Amino acid sequence: MRHLLSAADLDREAALHILDTAAEMAALSDRSVKKLPTLRGRTVVNLFFEDSTRTRISFELAAKRLSADVINFAAKGSSVSKGESLKDTALTLEAMGADAVVIRHWDSGAPHRLAHANWIGGSVINAGDGTHEHPTQALLDAYTMRRHLRDGKGALEGVRVGIVGDILHSRVARSNVLLLQTLGAEVTLVAPPTLLPIGIETWPCEVSYDIDSVLPKVDAVMMLRVQQERMQDAFFPTAREYSRLFGLNGERMSLLPDHAIVMHPGPMNRGMEISAEVADSDRAVMVEQVANGVSVRMAVMYLLLGGAKE
Amino acid sequence: MGSARTHDLRTVLSGDDIARASRRIAHEIVEKAKGASDLVLLGIPTRGVTLAHRIGAVISEIEGIQVPVGSLDITLYRDDLRLHPARALEETSIPEGGIDGKIVVLVDDVLFSGRTIRAALDALNDVGRPAAVRLAVLVDRGHRELPIRPDYVGKNIPTAASEQVRVRLTEIDGSDSVEISTGGER
Amino acid sequence: MSTYVIRGVRPYGEAAVDIVISGGVITALAAPGTGKGEVIDAEGLIALPGFVDLHTHLREPGREDAETIESGSQAAALGGFTCVHAMANTDPVADTAGVVEQVWRIGREVGLVDVRPVGAVTVNLDGTHLAQIGAMANSAAAVTVFSDDGKCVHDALLMRRALEYVKAFDGVVAQHAQEPRLTENAQMNEGALSGKLGMVGWPAVAEEAIIARDVLLAEHVDSRLHACHVSTAGSVEVIRWAKSRGVNVTAEVTPHHLILTEDLVESYNPVYKVNPPLRRKEDVMALRQALADGTINAVATDHAPHPHEHKDCEWGAAAMGMLGLQTAFSVVMETMVLPGLLDWRGVADRMSVQPARIGAVPTQGQPIEVGSIANIVVVDPEARWTVVADELASKSSNTPFAERTFPGTVVHTFYAGRPTVLDGVLA
Repeated sequence: MRHLLSAADLDREAALHILDTAAEMAALSDRSVKKLPTLRGRTVVNLFFEDSTRTRISFELAAKRLSADVINFAAKGSSVSKGESLKDTALTLEAMGADAVVIRHWDSGAPHRLAHANWIGGSVINAGDGTHEHPTQALLDAYTMRRHLRDGKGALEGVRVGIVGDILHSRVARSNVLLLQTLGAEVTLVAPPTLLPIGIETWPCEVSYDIDSVLPKVDAVMMLRVQQERMQDAFFPTAREYSRLFGLNGERMSLLPDHAIVMHPGPMNRGMEISAEVADSDRAVMVEQVANGVSVRMAVMYLLLGGAKE
Repeated sequence: MGSARTHDLRTVLSGDDIARASRRIAHEIVEKAKGASDLVLLGIPTRGVTLAHRIGAVISEIEGIQVPVGSLDITLYRDDLRLHPARALEETSIPEGGIDGKIVVLVDDVLFSGRTIRAALDALNDVGRPAAVRLAVLVDRGHRELPIRPDYVGKNIPTAASEQVRVRLTEIDGSDSVEISTGGER
Repeated sequence: MSTYVIRGVRPYGEAAVDIVISGGVITALAAPGTGKGEVIDAEGLIALPGFVDLHTHLREPGREDAETIESGSQAAALGGFTCVHAMANTDPVADTAGVVEQVWRIGREVGLVDVRPVGAVTVNLDGTHLAQIGAMANSAAAVTVFSDDGKCVHDALLMRRALEYVKAFDGVVAQHAQEPRLTENAQMNEGALSGKLGMVGWPAVAEEAIIARDVLLAEHVDSRLHACHVSTAGSVEVIRWAKSRGVNVTAEVTPHHLILTEDLVESYNPVYKVNPPLRRKEDVMALRQALADGTINAVATDHAPHPHEHKDCEWGAAAMGMLGLQTAFSVVMETMVLPGLLDWRGVADRMSVQPARIGAVPTQGQPIEVGSIANIVVVDPEARWTVVADELASKSSNTPFAERTFPGTVVHTFYAGRPTVLDGVLA
């Protein structure tokens, strides 16, 4: 495997391989010396065209724990914001010997272009491209679900997952639907019709407009961020109405089965899609998701860069 | 000419031999450590872990206390990572109580070039600071490429570099034996 | 004054003749081998009236890095065209007599094709104020086609006024149908694929709704309407319905919409990024059928050159548009002639006669007969050629057909009685 551009790139075996490797990597964070020599001498570049402190730090930490050299390239204030093209940026990184580029970009398909346009020779990891995909997020979500619902082993056969929120604009939703299907889980999407893409009926999942009927039947519910500004483009009338119909508050949380967990990729819009009460409850595993993100990203980088160059 | 594969297989250790060797190693470990109180056995996956458990069981029998036994995967510390596609990781399980100040005995089935043990020492270094590190192996087949030597050996078996040493253990392979295969297979 | 003889050619694929050309006109259709003059061998080849493109972007003035009137004319001639309509979205916009006359004059100086400037409908294409349509019509460029192409005249009142106003000048409004509110930041056709790729979609209804509104407006004010680059099956239905009601509407389709579909977008290669976007297979088949039965009147290339840096980037940053002049005939051969949807008379009609009529260019689209102005293209239906992007005459190389092999080549082109292309190269 040379690149990780989409959750669809991973078949069941590859996905489980990453999750199992991540489980071993996770033990690292309990040691006092949180360092492995495996990627010593490799250079990983974080090419972030969109602001994202948490994801960038997660990748940076993952690479550093594997002893790689990390370069952070943030779009603001760099030559990119002054009009340098993606191509020229890529050529510059290649000249500096980047072994891997972790790219977050506002355009769907930018990582794909980077990987296939022959501008760089290294590996490309998609850290989120527009509203298209965010494969490492889906991996860390699956890892988290597996830990709580399947004792940290195997796939997610029969696990029922609800994903609630702005599906239309969500790369997290797209990657999760693909990966969860690969791992055998059953997915139900919940959103108002305006926040579901045309052609949703072709996706491998169920769709519902009624969160209350879905919550009792899931083992994990993933709340997606909904931006208040979407109100300006008439996706919903008011933030209050959205929250009333689709938000996860304490009352709704009690509809969940006892064992069910609440997830969120972050950052949260407390009061919008999720209430503070739910966010701070015992069922909420957001903090753990962040920790798992580092282990999963370590696993991905090890598998892409740790062996012979393909 | 042609490549008729001549498969000369000879058994160098029987199941009984292995059992006796393991008992002897267990006694030697306890003797040198003057007891079992600070011992931690760490097997190197895969078969080193099985051996470590067996030796640990014997020590518990002799000394009457439970010796912590765990596993130490060395994949990420190998010096030949770049020569092959990324390998799958094995399990690392450090017993509760850690290794700081303990006498760690690394256990492996076959000692060959010594690179695996070098990697294990590096891995241990990042886990903690043992009081001492010792090495127990079932078979020492020679051909060291690094200055590594075992403290406890089941059997010294001189081999040609082209030969293969096959260790079978019941828990994994269904029976106990050590065989050497010569000829065609490289 | 030279006399040319196109020897042994078959006009419209019918009986072979020698076409004798002198003084810019066809002076005789002689028995093969008997014509006297400079002989251009065309045995086994087919003669058609020179193609007329209703929709070309020559980029001059303003974007000469992408194309000039000269390079565009060369590409046109090599594609068998003897007349092109140069769209108004230049820089400055062609919304005054001054700019259209400049384009017209440079076209005449280059002298390879009739360059007919299209005038903008609104000042600076901003959609709020009518441009000086009368001044452009009365200028030396004699503009008859008005279009804000690139942008839609989306304001209903303004479109009504434009349709009314051009009547005084025998003009036609050519509408780029795209409701802007439904297509903000749209990147590709809206459908299951855009949902999967997470790209903002360009729904078919954004085109169909505007065409539906415009045909009713044209009917109401009794004016002529031309629909640019029709791309959906739904648009075809609307136009068919309008024509059955007697609305004076004409329509064009691009070669790329006759052959390419949206699944190509999955490659994220911006060479496939175009406006209106590539659509579904069902749309492609409906467009072919409509061109065959005349619901769509003409093939128009929407030749849209872009410099390399506007296509060698990520999809979202890329410009929209494809080259088309040199590949148009071959695409029509592959999609319409070979499957039997159009015969040679049909090709002549859709690629020359009708576009000349819609653009009100009496010197073009004339039949191949004695007395006609000699705007003729000679094609070889048996030959095949492979498109090499860097070898096209255009200054740009954004063709979606690179490395693709097509049937049918343009062998000779005659413009006003002079050869512009001989044996596939500029004469």
